Amino acid sequence: MHDDNNRFPRLPWILLGLGIIFLAIGSYIGLFVAPPEALMGQVQRIMYVHVPTAWNALLALTFAFVCAVIFLFKSDWKWDARMEAAIEVGVVLGFLLCCQGSIWAKPTWGVWWDWDPRLTTTAVLVFAFLGILALRKFVEDPGRRAIWSAVATIIASVDVPIVYYSVRWWNSLHQLQSSPSTVSRQFWLPLRMNAFGILFLMTAFIMLRARVASMRLAQELVPPPAVGERV
Amino acid sequence: MLTAALRKELLLQWRSRAQFMAVFVFGAAALLLFSFAVGPVAEMLRQFSAGFLWLGLLLSSTLTLAESFHAEMENRAMEGLLLLPANPRALYYGKAIANWLQLTLLGIALIPVMVVLYDAGTTRIPMLILVIALGTAGLSAPGTLYAAMTAQVRSKQTLLPLLLFPLIVPALLASVKATSLIILGDPMNQMRSWIVLLASFDAIYWSLCGLLFGNVVEE
Repeated sequence: MHDDNNRFPRLPWILLGLGIIFLAIGSYIGLFVAPPEALMGQVQRIMYVHVPTAWNALLALTFAFVCAVIFLFKSDWKWDARMEAAIEVGVVLGFLLCCQGSIWAKPTWGVWWDWDPRLTTTAVLVFAFLGILALRKFVEDPGRRAIWSAVATIIASVDVPIVYYSVRWWNSLHQLQSSPSTVSRQFWLPLRMNAFGILFLMTAFIMLRARVASMRLAQELVPPPAVGERV
Repeated sequence: MLTAALRKELLLQWRSRAQFMAVFVFGAAALLLFSFAVGPVAEMLRQFSAGFLWLGLLLSSTLTLAESFHAEMENRAMEGLLLLPANPRALYYGKAIANWLQLTLLGIALIPVMVVLYDAGTTRIPMLILVIALGTAGLSAPGTLYAAMTAQVRSKQTLLPLLLFPLIVPALLASVKATSLIILGDPMNQMRSWIVLLASFDAIYWSLCGLLFGNVVEE
């Protein structure tokens, strides 16, 4: 079987290397070169990983949603493998995001957790997609597994903006999103470097994971050997 | 077609009304237990009563929803239903509406328990029933769809809440807020926005889940 998820076998490794280099340089600048922020001081330096993680987590889960929609229309297995990869990477990034947020929140807000819209939405998101990963583990038939998890992914993705706005009405404390346009130039470079670093790492992980998923699928879909045949 | 599907569901539910009683007792027991978590402080219990009511309803709803495809799983009845010249959408809406009615009834039955245990009386009963109806609609639309999936896999009791709970956060939030505004009073006039949020959640999921149900059951 020709595997579309393995068309560029070297690319993920190149991206992985690039990602590590970008992340190392970006973090170095962020930690040692960029000046500390006026109000929050050194604690603010976590922004250089926190904000890029947030962008990329959202990007990975958006890609999972796109994969789910394409799979339901085209029924092509490669999109199922890509969706599985994107959900896993997105959940890991989302979990890291919550951890980094807690580390930042303790010295800044004085609490580990706060019921702020973005924080709560991220937590809900992580749980929703963990549920979908669990569903994939419990369904043995690959066809059903693919369709059901695509359906669940679409339903969970539609929920994200609703959760965000409902929690926002409910309670709010988080500062406005940081983006290169809201921070001054000295903070801009490490933020961009790390954003691309994590983007490369994420893409590489999704590609590698999709390849593994494709290989597993190929093994599952292969007809069982005839009786008496040597395996 | 829809009415036929709905009639079948309601008949099934009527014949298994012992199940409804059991779920009600479960919900009432949950409400009793919640008060032990807070302690016998009347003012605090009253403050949290809306949240407790909805948590009790949510926990009971997973029992109701997980059971709702029980009949279809026996003797491969689901395949028989799909062979009928009927749209699977009608099957879905029949089942979802039946689940919704049952959960609304359960919610209404739990109100007196809440009032007695938490001293959370109110005179705005029609409004409270409206909120319960809207909130349980939000539970039953995605709940019925997920139940159709999880009924066919191992460990469905774990999987259904795992999928459902994160999803219905907005509906739960809005229902709890609206209910507590009814019980504790609404000085800022926020009721409207929570009702609108609930209604839009319902509208989105009743249409989206109906659209996707065909994919879930078709082979």
